[in-house]
Amino acid sequence: MAEKKRILLQGNEACAEGALYAGCRFFAGYPITPSTEVAEALSVKLPKAGGKFIQMEDEIASISAIIGASLAGVKSMTATSGPGFSLKQEGIGFACLAEVPCVIVNVMRGGPSTGYPTGPGQADVMQARWGTHGDHPVIALTPAYVQEILFETVRAFNLAEKYRTPVMILYDEIVGHMREPIVLPEPGEIEVVDRVKPTCPPEEYFPYDERYEIAPLAAYGEGYRFHVTGLNHRQDGFPTNDPATIQEGIKRIIRKIENNRDDIMKNEEFHLDDAEICILAYGSTARSGREAVKIAREKGIKVGLLRPLTLWPFPEDTIREVSKRARVVVVPEMNLGQIVYEVERCADCEVVGIHRVDGEPITPAQIIEVMERYK
Amino acid sequence: MAGRYEIRFSGSGGQGMILAGIIMAEAASIYDTKNVVQSQSYGPESRGGASKAEVIISEDPIDYPKATSIDCMLAMTQEACSKYYKDIKKDGILLVDSEEVKNVPEGEFSVYTFPIIATARDKLGKTIVANIISLGIITELTGIVTRNAMEKAVLSRVPPAFLELNKKALHIGFEKGLELKKG
Amino acid sequence: MSGAAVAVKKKLSVPFDYSKYIRPGKLPHIWCPGCGHGIVLKALLRAIDKSGLKKDDICMVSGIGCSSRTPGYVDFNTLHTLHGRALSYATGVKLAKPELKVIVITGDGDALAIGGNHFIHTCRRNIDMTILVYTNAIYGMTGGQYSPATPVGSVSHTSRYGNIEPPFDTCEMAKASGATFVARGTAYHCQELERIILEAIKHKGTSVVDIIDSCPVYYGRMNKYKSASQMMEMIEKNGTISVKQAEKLPPEKLEGKLLRGILYKVDRPEYCEEYEKLIKKAQGKG
Repeated sequence: MAEKKRILLQGNEACAEGALYAGCRFFAGYPITPSTEVAEALSVKLPKAGGKFIQMEDEIASISAIIGASLAGVKSMTATSGPGFSLKQEGIGFACLAEVPCVIVNVMRGGPSTGYPTGPGQADVMQARWGTHGDHPVIALTPAYVQEILFETVRAFNLAEKYRTPVMILYDEIVGHMREPIVLPEPGEIEVVDRVKPTCPPEEYFPYDERYEIAPLAAYGEGYRFHVTGLNHRQDGFPTNDPATIQEGIKRIIRKIENNRDDIMKNEEFHLDDAEICILAYGSTARSGREAVKIAREKGIKVGLLRPLTLWPFPEDTIREVSKRARVVVVPEMNLGQIVYEVERCADCEVVGIHRVDGEPITPAQIIEVMERYK
Repeated sequence: MAGRYEIRFSGSGGQGMILAGIIMAEAASIYDTKNVVQSQSYGPESRGGASKAEVIISEDPIDYPKATSIDCMLAMTQEACSKYYKDIKKDGILLVDSEEVKNVPEGEFSVYTFPIIATARDKLGKTIVANIISLGIITELTGIVTRNAMEKAVLSRVPPAFLELNKKALHIGFEKGLELKKG
Repeated sequence: MSGAAVAVKKKLSVPFDYSKYIRPGKLPHIWCPGCGHGIVLKALLRAIDKSGLKKDDICMVSGIGCSSRTPGYVDFNTLHTLHGRALSYATGVKLAKPELKVIVITGDGDALAIGGNHFIHTCRRNIDMTILVYTNAIYGMTGGQYSPATPVGSVSHTSRYGNIEPPFDTCEMAKASGATFVARGTAYHCQELERIILEAIKHKGTSVVDIIDSCPVYYGRMNKYKSASQMMEMIEKNGTISVKQAEKLPPEKLEGKLLRGILYKVDRPEYCEEYEKLIKKAQGKG
């Protein structure tokens, strides 16, 4: 069989390809650097696939429209960057509470505020976790390679559909704008998950049926005339003021993610088995970390990389495990310290951060310099 | 080829530096079979300012995606040249447009100068193909991609109406590259 | 003879059965005694009944506020969203499933203040949906603050010295933004309202109905209205005039009165239909 054709794609274009592969047929967005190419690509490709692309009047309208489209039964996505991600937070909370599957891409740039639109950043990772108000579950994926963006976009849709929850894809400007040769998967080559739909008669249908951890989700217009609200609700979807029902409802949406960590978590481990120094890095910074491991190993330094591809929920157990063997966990990130504190919370050893917010990447040399102190 | 080979295309917005980077990346990865990462940085302006595109080429998988130790750099403006030349490695190559870059930096690298834009204008009547001439020159100066791969990459990226023009531009580049290399 | 005939006709008329559109167990509603929202809901349900639409084919979307609680009571596909965002959710629903008839229930604060941007852009696209703006000139759910529809001089909990902000004319804004059906009704003129809503539902494109409605508990009490019914009479009955009546009157007699009826209706390409054409073009079938 002939070798599959490689094509050179930008990270943002790969994200669009991943969305199409996963069955996304609705995208609503608003132009913003450095994520715009996702929208541009889908504005061309979605109609060809019979799907819909709409450029909404703002970021809030975009998140709102994808939630509406998803409730009508269509896999939906939006993509944005920094300021737009801030604007979408209320809608993300709605999707969490109303349990509406959707995918939100945040191509991270420098912030706060308008910040540095054309430069990379990783300072939205805590906002991804806690950006919307109230207690809520979060799944956030952090791909670092162009091919991986495609695969992780498919995984984001799969997780969103499976767990009836918004899933975020966080990658930075470097990965979003870089081009690498990739291979487009054939149909059927990677698993595509569709939401579970009800099979019961409409009169017996509850959109938040308490018998399930994750209840089947009907689509509007298919005979199940159900109600969805952003208010705390009962299993039938209607608002409630009952304290026990309110608390149980919130706990359940968190539990459905926590109970399925084994399925949701994904890490890359590189030379970790005998590592005395562990680099924990995600996104483009992990590429620097991997390079640093390769260089340091040649010098005989026992160093390894732990790269979460699922950043939220946080890989607490893996870090605990790794930190039992390692002397130090080094956390490079393009912010002034966010994930490093999460690592501190979990690690049984010293934790040291490497941080910069000047719009330049953290280099392998910078990481090696820190590691030299711990060899 | 062992390790990384880093190329930086620099100029001002609108000179096609990012396209040059993409074509180089496609030549190396699609038409030759190496690994590449192509990236760019630019300011808020679509035209003007200093812009750069980088291509890293390697037999091995590439992790760190940015150029730090440049094997070959092209500078199409003085501003870009002065801003970006410092990362050129020892024994690396600097190719500049001789009419644009009057103040050629000195260092432990080889400098090649050629009136690229003027050649595009005088010989082909279109300054827009200066970047394609550059690609031809760089193909010969570096030997990092084959002529065949580069030609396929160029021709796959340009509109049908401009195939001949770009082919001519590339071949002018190939010839000049050979001449420059011979000294 | 004629008296007898009328009597026979009355006996034959069957009262409208609202229960087939109301979800069992979801009443009583949250609306205060004297609020007009229930009257509007009844007119809406009668209009829907006359339209012949099936319950499965209707998606009712709302934002936040008193009127936005409507979808919770009615037996359609229903979506109670975020403050101001109903139209954006509705756009997603409609575009994803154009065969659904989308009806948006919103208030003057929801549609014109926090959702003002979505309002003008939804009208601009002329996407097929019916937008019912319940205009009671107050934020009722938060306890009586002035809205973009509150008249100058009115007292509210955030305009104790009298409102100094001029109100929007919802119909003029809808028309200027590109809506292709614009009308106004009131809760007081409930049968006329039913006819207007029916026309709005039947219209292909964005239809906007500004429904003048009263909030006796907040707006009424703070602005010295004696009762809910007196408030309805003064604002909805005396404060409005039908388009047909207005044609017969000189301009000075119309001063201070809002026009009722279908104010604007035009045909323009509808968004979802245009999108289907775009898909054919993209697929090379256009």
